[in-house]
Amino acid sequence: MARIFSYIVHRGGTVDDSAAELTAVARKIDPTVPPTAIVTGWGAGLDAVCSSLLSSYGEVWKVANEALSYPNAELVRQALVSILPANSILLVPHDHFGIDLSPGLSIKVNSAFVPDVLGIDGIEGDSLRLVRQEFGGQVSAHVRCDISSGAVINVRPGAFKPEQVTPISSVVFDKSSAVGTLTARRRYLETIVAEAGDVDITKHSVLVSIGRGMQEKDNVGLAEELAEALGAAVSCSRPVVDAKWMEKSRQVGSSGKTVKPKVYLACGISGAFQHLAGIKGSPFIIAINKNSKAPIFQVADVGIVDDVLEFLPELTNKVREMRGVAAK
Amino acid sequence: MVGIYSPSLSSEWLVPGRNLFLTIHVLGIACFAYIVAKRLVPLVRAESDPRFDRPLTRLGKVFKFWLGQWKHPRYRFAGALHILIFTGFLLLATRAFSVLIVGVSSGFVMPGLSGESGRVYDLITDYAATIVFLCMVVAAFRRLVFKPARYAVPAKYGKSRTGDAVFLLGLIAVLMVADSLFAASSAAGHARQDQPVEALAILSLPWMLKIAIGSMPLATLWVLNITAYLVHEVTFYFLLCYRPFGIQFHVETSLFSIYFSKLERGTLKPVRWDVPDEHLDQVKSFGVKTFEDFTWKHILDFYSCADCGRCADNCPANAVGRPLAPRFLTIKARDYGFHHYPVLGKANNGKPLIGGIYSEDEIWSCTTCGACEEECPLLVEYIDKIVDLRRGMIDDGNVPQSLQKPLKALENRGNPYGKMEKKKADWAKAEEFRQTSKVKTLDGNNSAGTLYFVDSITSYDDRMQSIGRSTSRILGHLGEDFGILGAAEKDSGHEVRRFGEEMLFMALRDHNTNAIKASGVKRIVTSDPHAYNALKHDYKDVPPVEHISQVIARKVRAGSIQFSRVENEDKVYAYHDPCYLGRHNQIYDEPRAVLDAIPGLKRVEMKRSRDRSFCCGGGGLMLFYEPKEEQRMGVLRVRMAAEAGANVIVTACPFCMVNIEDAIKVAGLEGKMSAIDLTELVDQHLIREVCTEKTDELETATCGG
Amino acid sequence: MEILVCVRRVPDTSENEIEVNAAGNDIERNELVYSVNEADNYAVEEALQIRDRVGGNVTVVTVGGEDDEEVLRRELAMGANQAVLVSDEDFNGSDGRGIATILKDFVKKGRYDLILTGVQADDGAAQVGGMLAAMLDYPFASLVNSITVDGGKLKVGREIEGGNREINEIDLPCVLSIQTGINEPRYVGMRGIRQVASVPIPTLGVSNLGVEKDSVGEAAAKVRRVDYFVPALSKGADMLHGSREENAHTVFELVAARGGLK
Repeated sequence: MARIFSYIVHRGGTVDDSAAELTAVARKIDPTVPPTAIVTGWGAGLDAVCSSLLSSYGEVWKVANEALSYPNAELVRQALVSILPANSILLVPHDHFGIDLSPGLSIKVNSAFVPDVLGIDGIEGDSLRLVRQEFGGQVSAHVRCDISSGAVINVRPGAFKPEQVTPISSVVFDKSSAVGTLTARRRYLETIVAEAGDVDITKHSVLVSIGRGMQEKDNVGLAEELAEALGAAVSCSRPVVDAKWMEKSRQVGSSGKTVKPKVYLACGISGAFQHLAGIKGSPFIIAINKNSKAPIFQVADVGIVDDVLEFLPELTNKVREMRGVAAK
Repeated sequence: MVGIYSPSLSSEWLVPGRNLFLTIHVLGIACFAYIVAKRLVPLVRAESDPRFDRPLTRLGKVFKFWLGQWKHPRYRFAGALHILIFTGFLLLATRAFSVLIVGVSSGFVMPGLSGESGRVYDLITDYAATIVFLCMVVAAFRRLVFKPARYAVPAKYGKSRTGDAVFLLGLIAVLMVADSLFAASSAAGHARQDQPVEALAILSLPWMLKIAIGSMPLATLWVLNITAYLVHEVTFYFLLCYRPFGIQFHVETSLFSIYFSKLERGTLKPVRWDVPDEHLDQVKSFGVKTFEDFTWKHILDFYSCADCGRCADNCPANAVGRPLAPRFLTIKARDYGFHHYPVLGKANNGKPLIGGIYSEDEIWSCTTCGACEEECPLLVEYIDKIVDLRRGMIDDGNVPQSLQKPLKALENRGNPYGKMEKKKADWAKAEEFRQTSKVKTLDGNNSAGTLYFVDSITSYDDRMQSIGRSTSRILGHLGEDFGILGAAEKDSGHEVRRFGEEMLFMALRDHNTNAIKASGVKRIVTSDPHAYNALKHDYKDVPPVEHISQVIARKVRAGSIQFSRVENEDKVYAYHDPCYLGRHNQIYDEPRAVLDAIPGLKRVEMKRSRDRSFCCGGGGLMLFYEPKEEQRMGVLRVRMAAEAGANVIVTACPFCMVNIEDAIKVAGLEGKMSAIDLTELVDQHLIREVCTEKTDELETATCGG
Repeated sequence: MEILVCVRRVPDTSENEIEVNAAGNDIERNELVYSVNEADNYAVEEALQIRDRVGGNVTVVTVGGEDDEEVLRRELAMGANQAVLVSDEDFNGSDGRGIATILKDFVKKGRYDLILTGVQADDGAAQVGGMLAAMLDYPFASLVNSITVDGGKLKVGREIEGGNREINEIDLPCVLSIQTGINEPRYVGMRGIRQVASVPIPTLGVSNLGVEKDSVGEAAAKVRRVDYFVPALSKGADMLHGSREENAHTVFELVAARGGLK
């Protein structure tokens, strides 16, 4: 059985949640061998990142190279090509970085590539059987991947629950010297941070979040009234931003903000995974949607099948009424 | 020679009077002819437009709208003023010519106006000149002091035109005074010389002037006389040559703009009048992109605009702050024409119109409600121009993203929602409805005499499906043998066409026409005024079409339908005329007759009703467009209903229903105002005697009216 | 600039009509409508805008069959200069890597400065662009939402988490995968398509491109879809069934109980 590696995404000294999710994936592929974590980067925080992975990974391979101080997929690829043993299985989160890195990497290491995996069935001979989705998540598919020459597997963030791993004693190996000079014909210049906007939704513990189900821009006011009554903030899904009903700073999702509220009211949101990917920390999710089959009801704690345009004013009145009573 | 004699004999000038005045005639006429010829240049270069048919009908319109000033009283005070001025001008025309010719031919008298008839004519025209003069004073005062809102020019459209307007009013006043002074001084002079004195109408301007100057020495009278004459002639020709540079050109062009005006309501011009549908592929460019792409009649319209602002005053897009005002659409084009086809200088082909004098949003903002065309006293046409400009934008691929999605869905699925064809008739399969009503699909297994053309929104929209069900129940109740096309029915394409996608429209039209013909129906009924208008005017070779309100109204007239009494005494109903039922097709009375036939129904009229009805916001593709506006048309309309004392708005169009129900929420009037479709209301009040027993098979209740 | 855009014809998924067929081996395709993949369309529009700014030529290519010609024609109607259909029986059943191989051989037959793809298509794989770049040894950037041309280089913006944008400089020739929303694509109507109805679209096969047969097609595919299925729904949310007023009350209590009132 080939070795399993996880590429670790980290920012500002903190390891991304995906690292823990990838250990769960590795266990599903082969529970007998603890996976190896690969950490690339540069600077003071790198060692701390490596140490924090020791309890969940069998080995941690550190690649420290100044060129990798910003995770440039072209350069990371070169580094990985240098250090990955042949026919390895590499797990990468299917996020903005993984989409950038993995397809090209799979060609350079001459392995198969499977993107956006959300389920692992297991190994059948030379193949790994996994689960993906197609057509915007409307159908699922079983996929068989030939792993005889290894595989790069992109894993959907949030699809696998991190498991409680028994503590393992492991070691950090410094593989930096195995990587030669890194040059790329793509150079990172800067990051333009999204405009802060008037409201920072990541700081609110209660969010009234709206989706397409609000029908049109003027109805956003209904959500704002409810938010005001609750002392909450209004956030939204991507289609709302695309339709220019709200600013990008309000978007929750894989291409928007990541939020960790206590309570999340999903109003007229269908529950596409890109949106759900932005919700962390398992908040209490209340979903209101006209469509009883909306995927949001799979992940919500409480669901109401109703027209959000009718329900929200009712809820706002109720909140005002009940809070008014309490204030007296 | 001292005394009063014909100006042609005057010798106070450097040249003999006759020569002077003849020269002025020649110069004035030549100048005018030259200016008009230059003004005609863009018309010659413009697209063709067949407006020479049906001369008798056209003459009829000239009688009604030009001579009869039919539209003017819609604004009572200004209308009255204009009717007086117009009548005065007509009456004074002959007198003016006489006066002019007298300068070159002493003793000239207009044939037919010698003797008694001449004297009567002179008396009448004395009053005419007086009234015109007074109207000029009143009009100028109105402009300068009262400043009616519709004359205002917002900064983005340019400078105020009040100065120019008052200048012209002043010149006409001068013309009247000059004419009157000429007559007064002639009469006063003749009196002095013991010659026959022309009678002047009592209390007219010439009469009063004569009293004022009567005691002046003869020499002074003579000076006044020839001065007045010269002023008259110069002013006359100045006005003649100045008019084609501004809105006063309508004095000359109005006769033509009205004669050549569109004869059919609700229709649209084809892409090119001189290119039949089958050859459209050969046309290089669709629609209006440059000034020359307009037809000659459209350019004539630009010349004919009197800048009165009545169109913009009634335009719902303008009222809600969209970047569109019909008046400026015309004036900007006129100014463009004046600038690029100058009287002095070379004509030049200028910039494209969209992105130049027009913005894209300006042209997409129009709901094609027709209020502007209904109001314009010069019968200037707007909808064809807007559609042509849209055709041009579509041809260039310049379409807002919000419209691209429904257009693509219409192309792929035959409806703007992108829903599947097989679900088109699902509205008729709703559980409760199925128990009592069966709606036939005319698919070869079934046939019927009447087709109920449902169209997209009524078929697919959860709320509007109720209109489909109510209409079916009504038709069943009336014993009509009807069916629907079901999956074979595509969108009527009414808005597709009016948004400029002519090819997609033709595909939809041809598909539907074939389906309708294949069904073998003899008659079509619809509950959707947009579908009604399309089937009536945009489609050819389909059976005659009626709106459901007409069908019900006929039964009401015949006394063969009874309604139950209104239960809730508190309800006050206001009927909102849908643009495509009312204004475009003039069906105002039938829906009202239906409502009035419901016992106990209290109905009020909104201030703007019938042909002055205020658009709800538009239908079809307009529901997908995201306009820049300060508020919604629907909200204004709902407030009008509230002002009229109503708490229920009755509509007869599914798009009106969408906009009105939405507006009730946005305006915060939920609970105080509601909306209901005519068919739903009628359905509620039908008195059914269910005499068929329900068996295991679904049966339609057939008796009861 | 010579620009190549790789496009794909996909089913329209907007109205949630995708269902698994009876056999479970494909989706029900009977009543589907197809069009060009949305992200690919944005890529073509971007290519046209770059061409109109700096001059050059835009070619669109797809790997498929006869049915796929219609999307090529649509992109021609949009303004592309030429279109090519790459089609051969031996290509059928290729996985993403196979498609990338075929495209690589096509690219090598020409000289392109810039190659664009949409970021992902109906299978959500987002792989062909990156693979193609690696095979050609060109630099690559994914999720591109802005492009500025600067001599022989490009400045591209990538969409990253938090709504932020990562600015990179990238050498030409390169491959970029384009994210939706980068521009506002122009409208293409029936008339536009009819006007290019007779423009020839050459078809290239295995021999034209010199493709190694055992690197493409079903046999060479390392990743294969076994079936389509709809997963059994888990328990999901506790649904409230009261009246609207009752539900509103319940929601209020739930929110309050979790410290949700500020």
